[in-house]
Amino acid sequence: MGEKIKVERVTKTFSIRDDKQKGVIKQFTAISDMEFSVNEGEFLTIVGPSGCGKSTLLDLLGGLSTPSKGRILLDGNEIKGPGLDRGTVFQQYALFPWKTARGNIEFGLEAKGIPKKEWKKQTDYYLDLVGLKAFAERYPHELSGGMKQRIAIARSLAFNPDVLLMDEPFAALDAQTREGLQSELLRIWEKTKKTIIFITHGIDEAVYLGQRVVILSANPGRVKKIVEIPLKNRLADADIRSNPDFIKSRSEVWNLLHEDEYAGLYI
Amino acid sequence: MKMNMLDSIYKKEVSQLEAISQEIKTVSHPRKVSFNYHTALKKLFKNSIIIILFVLLWEVAPRIGLVDRAFFPPFSEVATSWWEMVISLELFNHFKASITRSVFGFSLALIFAIPLGLIIGWYSFARDLLNPILELFRNTAALAILPVFILLLGIGETSKIAIVLYACTWPILLNTIAAVKNVDPLLIKSARSMNISSFKLFYKVILPASIPTMFTGIRMAGTGAILVLIAAEMIGAREGLGYFITYSQYNFLIPEMYAGIITISILGLIINYSLLGVERRLSRWKQDPTA
Repeated sequence: MGEKIKVERVTKTFSIRDDKQKGVIKQFTAISDMEFSVNEGEFLTIVGPSGCGKSTLLDLLGGLSTPSKGRILLDGNEIKGPGLDRGTVFQQYALFPWKTARGNIEFGLEAKGIPKKEWKKQTDYYLDLVGLKAFAERYPHELSGGMKQRIAIARSLAFNPDVLLMDEPFAALDAQTREGLQSELLRIWEKTKKTIIFITHGIDEAVYLGQRVVILSANPGRVKKIVEIPLKNRLADADIRSNPDFIKSRSEVWNLLHEDEYAGLYI
Repeated sequence: MKMNMLDSIYKKEVSQLEAISQEIKTVSHPRKVSFNYHTALKKLFKNSIIIILFVLLWEVAPRIGLVDRAFFPPFSEVATSWWEMVISLELFNHFKASITRSVFGFSLALIFAIPLGLIIGWYSFARDLLNPILELFRNTAALAILPVFILLLGIGETSKIAIVLYACTWPILLNTIAAVKNVDPLLIKSARSMNISSFKLFYKVILPASIPTMFTGIRMAGTGAILVLIAAEMIGAREGLGYFITYSQYNFLIPEMYAGIITISILGLIINYSLLGVERRLSRWKQDPTA
């Protein structure tokens, strides 16, 4: 397995207004000296407390902003801007409300410059992959949250990126829908062999989905530890969350995340 | 630091809520109802009962002496004189003059204000630069400037069309600016992450996302067009519905005057419903907030 993405000593600072002195601009460090890498075809999850710079990191990976220091490599080339080699799935779906499910997926195909006559076939394929073929002509407001997120996933997969970036995609869904979508995402990942970077708040989610979990600490965001999750065949075991390996990994991640809390840092 | 973040999140939420409530307030939507003879009849009754009562009151009040019949003739008399003038094409000529002026001025405003609004809304520099002057003009009643238009452009067609253009420009322009400014940043981010060009971002994302708010302004402009046009025609014109109403009043042609007023209502309804129809076609994807 080759290295797909390498985050090299990345720091990102922003200029923000000072709370205490009016009109004074100060520097705020969202991410400091972050370093990790993602293997080809790996499912990597990232967890951290609020203020750990998760969204900043995702913007950097997506090429929507550039690091203040350090660099991010994709296949050995520095990321300089957005590109269709990466697809992003947002927490709030970000579907275009004036387009149907099909229209939303076609948007990505059009962006990639795929000939129009191939759109229908490809769109149908990805709608089928997320189980929403029957809802192709519905507008987003006619779909439930879970369905919207499936469409958003289908849209990001349709232009065939190497890497899927997911920003807390299931955080706004109810627990049952979330579990359903988690296993569906695993199934899609096994089928499509994409490299996935999945950012989340949920420890269970991170452990269930990730082959490795990157644990971040906050203020500024840094990599605290990277934990390997030794689970095999997650989809085969219906109640994997009761598996001793799962419980062990979960508690390891939990402890790492909550150490600082006990030290009184985040209360 | 935390406070600052919370503050910005709060502000974002408030502005989103405001945008949502504005949409709910200003945009009405068709409801999909499968056709049913009984419910259709019931709906017709519900929609027309107040109008029927109003016409009845108008008919009865002068006849039983509640109001002076000379100044307020019964509805039937007004309707009769309206019909006579429709047949003699007298009313038609005034109607044509008014609708031509308002549609012409209104269309010019669309052509002029929408692109300008899109540009100003998109470039924050232009917005900041132009905002004071826009506020100044917007808050100056169009009719207050009418004398200026008449002095500069005469009392012919040009000044009428110009005043309609002027009055229509502001609601369209300001709503277009607001629409572009308030496009959900997440949609822009999502589109940008797909690496599309600025031009495509503009006409594939910004433009369709702006249409509902833009239409609020366009409908306001439609109402405004009639209002200022009638007033302008009352002040200085040789034809048009506004002229016809004042002319009838001076010559004590009271039923004719009311007939003119009714015609203006019809003109207003036509314009408003055509705009509503266009709006519905363009924003069929929208959720009905009352459903």
